Amino acid sequence: MHEYSIKNNIINSNPKGIKANIMIVGVGGQGSLLASKVIGTAAIKKGLDVKVSEVHGMSQRGGSVVTYVKMGDRVYSPLVEKGEADFIISFEKLEALRWAEYIAKDGTIIINDQHIDPMPVITGEKKYPLDVIEKISGMCDNTIVIDAFDIAKNLGNIKVVNIVLIGVYAKISGIEKEIWEEALRDVVNEKYLAINLKAFEEGYNY
Amino acid sequence: MKKLMLGNEAIARGTYEAGATVATAYPGTPSTEITENLAKYDNIYSEWSPNEKVALEVAIGASIAGARSICCMKHVGLNVAADPLFTVSYTGVNGGLVIVVADDPGMHSSQNEQDSRFYAMAANIPMLEPADSMECKTFVKQAFKISEEFDCPVLIRLTTRIAHSRSIVELEEKEEYKLKDYRKDPGKYVMMPAMARKRRVEVVKRMAQLETYSNETELNRIEWGSRDIGIITSGISYQYSKEVFKDASFLKLGMVYPLPYDLIARFAGEVKNLYVIEELEPFLENQIRKMGIPVTGKAVLPIVGELSSNILSEKILNREPMNTYPVPDKEQIPARPPVMCPGCPHRGTFYVLKKLKLTVTGDIGCYTLGAQPPLASMDTCVCMGASIGMAHGMEKARGREFARSTVAVIGDSTFVHSGITGLIDIVYNKGTSTVIVLDNSITGMTGHQHNPTSGYTIKGEPTKQVDLVKLAHAIGIERVRVADPYDIKEFEKIVKEEVAADEPSLIIAQRPCALLKNVKFEGPLRINREKCRTCKMCMKIGCPAIVDNGSYVEVNEALCVGCGLCSKLCNFGAFEKAGDANA
Repeated sequence: MHEYSIKNNIINSNPKGIKANIMIVGVGGQGSLLASKVIGTAAIKKGLDVKVSEVHGMSQRGGSVVTYVKMGDRVYSPLVEKGEADFIISFEKLEALRWAEYIAKDGTIIINDQHIDPMPVITGEKKYPLDVIEKISGMCDNTIVIDAFDIAKNLGNIKVVNIVLIGVYAKISGIEKEIWEEALRDVVNEKYLAINLKAFEEGYNY
Repeated sequence: MKKLMLGNEAIARGTYEAGATVATAYPGTPSTEITENLAKYDNIYSEWSPNEKVALEVAIGASIAGARSICCMKHVGLNVAADPLFTVSYTGVNGGLVIVVADDPGMHSSQNEQDSRFYAMAANIPMLEPADSMECKTFVKQAFKISEEFDCPVLIRLTTRIAHSRSIVELEEKEEYKLKDYRKDPGKYVMMPAMARKRRVEVVKRMAQLETYSNETELNRIEWGSRDIGIITSGISYQYSKEVFKDASFLKLGMVYPLPYDLIARFAGEVKNLYVIEELEPFLENQIRKMGIPVTGKAVLPIVGELSSNILSEKILNREPMNTYPVPDKEQIPARPPVMCPGCPHRGTFYVLKKLKLTVTGDIGCYTLGAQPPLASMDTCVCMGASIGMAHGMEKARGREFARSTVAVIGDSTFVHSGITGLIDIVYNKGTSTVIVLDNSITGMTGHQHNPTSGYTIKGEPTKQVDLVKLAHAIGIERVRVADPYDIKEFEKIVKEEVAADEPSLIIAQRPCALLKNVKFEGPLRINREKCRTCKMCMKIGCPAIVDNGSYVEVNEALCVGCGLCSKLCNFGAFEKAGDANA
C-alpha cells in the first residue's frame, strides 16, 4: 500500500535557512517571466526547493501581472498570499501600490520608479495617484526606489529593466553573487548576456 | 539532472521520455506550451491542427497505426473534440493515447470555468491529475502505460496553476518504444451499431477493472498524519492544503476517475473529520457522498474561482484573514485591464466599427479586447467561431435591414478553427451578413503560433497557405474585399459598402501583429505641442502610448512603436518622429 509518514518531507539541504516568498509585479510585457526564471534558477543552484507561478495569455497584454516565486526547504503552494510576501519587486510604481497589501511585516518592496498609465487613466475615467511612493513608504519601512528604466536606457537597452531590479534583490537575497551570474548565463539568450550582466551589476551595486 | 520546469514543459518531457512520436494540438491558454515544447524534440512529429477535433482525430489515427500519441488542448477545446472523444473510448487504442486538457479556474484567459473532470465520467475514460511539474512528467508516462494496458485513451487534467507553475523536475532517459504492429480490426475500429454495441460492453468491463487499478496504483496515496483531520484532495488543491494542514492525514488522488472506492472508505474510517478539498464543482465530493460517507466540502468552500491556502484556513479553520498593512485609498487605485498593444492592427478596425455604430458579433482572440473602452465596439463573444453564426442568427431574427448594421469579426486562426462552416451557412441559407476576418498572420493571444493561413508549420517550415479569397469564392461568396485596417478612410468606405450590400460579403482586414519580429516601424512619435490643439481625437483609438497628463496630451516614447495610426486621426499634423529636431 502506498502510505507515507508526513515527517520525511524535507528534501533539500539549506544550512543558511533561506526562505523567501517573492512577488514580481508589473505591466504585461515588461519582462517579469524572464525575471522569475532567473530567480528560480538561482534558487535551484543554491540547493533550495522552488516554485514559480506565471501568467500567460490574455492578462499579459498590457494588463496588471503578478508572478510568484517561492523558495525554501519545501514549497507546496506556488502562490504567495496576503501578508506573506518577503519581497515585492515592482516594475511599475502603481503596481507596487496595488499589491502592497501582500507584503509581510519586515518585508522589502523594491520599486522601479516608472509610471505607465492604465487605460482607465488614459480614457480620463480615473486619475493616476500622485503620491504612490510616499504611500508605499508610509506602509512599509523597507522600501527601495530605483530608476531602473533610466539605468537601462543608459546601458542602451530599455528591456533590461527587469535584470537591474533582479540585481537589487540579489544583493539582499542571501544567495551568492556568483550563483546569480551563473543563473543569468543559464537563462538569458547568449546574444544579450553581456548587457544583462551589466544591468545586473548596476542593480547589485545600487 | 534537475531542472526548473513549467508543468506544460514537464508534460512534453514525459511524452518524450515515454517514446511517443505523434503530438497534435490547437493552441489555447493554459495548454499551449505543452505542444510548443513538444515541437522542440526532433523525434516527435508535432502539429498545430486547425482545431481540437481534428487534432484528436489525428492522434487517434496515429494511435491505431501503432504510435504513442498525445493531443493537448484547453478545457473549451475538449468541447470541440468531444465527438471523437466519446467514441475513441469505445474503439480503444493500439499505441498509447493520452489527451491533456487544461482547465482554467478563475478564468485567467477563458470565457468559462468548466470542470473537465465530468468528461472523464461521461465518456468512461480514466483521468489523472498531477499536482506539480514532476508529477506532470511521471503521470504522462504512467498514462501511456495505462492506455495500453486497459486499451483506452487516458485523460490528464491540468489547471492553470499546475500548467503555468515551474517546479523541480528530475530528468530521465528516453524509453525505447517500438511502433506496435498495425492490423485491420473492424470489430474494434469501425464503430457502426453492430460493432459499437459489443464495444460498449467492453467499456463497462474496462471501467470496473480500472476501479480496481485505482485502489492499487501508487497514483493514489495516503499520507498519514494526525487522524483528527483527514483530507481527500488532488492537483493544486493538494498543495494549498499541505500549506495549511501541516499535520493532517491526506488521501492524495492522482487518479481522479474512476475513484478508488475501497481506499476512500478505509481512509474515511480512520479519520475523525473528513474534508474534500477541490476547485470548481463537487466532483469528488458527490461521488464520495454517494458512497454514504459524510464529508465537508462545498458546504464551506467556494465553487466559483480558484482556491488558495488563505481561503482554506479561513473557511475550514475559521481563522481571521491575515493581518496586512492597510493600503491607503485602495479604492482610488485605477484598475489595469489588458489592452491591445501599441501598433496592434485591430485598433484601426475597431475604431471604424465604433465610428459606424455597428452591431458587432465577436469571437475569441486578442481582438476580444475590442469590447473594452474606449473602443467598446463588440456586442457578443461566446466561443470559437460563434461570431459568424450569431450574425446570421441576428439577421434571421430581425431581418435584412438589421444585417445592414451588423458585422461579424473573427481572427484568421479562429476563422479556420470553426468559422468556415458558419460562413457556408450564411451563403447556403441566403443570408446577407458581412464577415470581417482580422488577418494578422498569426495566432496572437496564445503567443504567436502558426496556423493554416500563416504559411508555416509548428516547426517553422514553409508550407501551403490557405487562400482566404479563393476559399470565399469557392463557397459562393461573390463580394470579397482585402483591406488594410490602418488605412482608416478606405477601410471605413469598404465596410460601409459591404454592410449595405444585399448579399453576403467577406472583408479580409490584413495587417500583421505588431509583435511579430518581421514587423518594423520607424520608431516612436511625439506630439508637437505648438501644433496640438488638445482636441483629443488621437485618444479615441485607446492606444496605451498616448497619455493625457492633465494639461496636454503626450506620447509615452517607451511604449510607442511608431505605427502612426494616431497621426492619421490628427487634423493638425501634430505628430512627428521623436528625436527629429527639424520636424
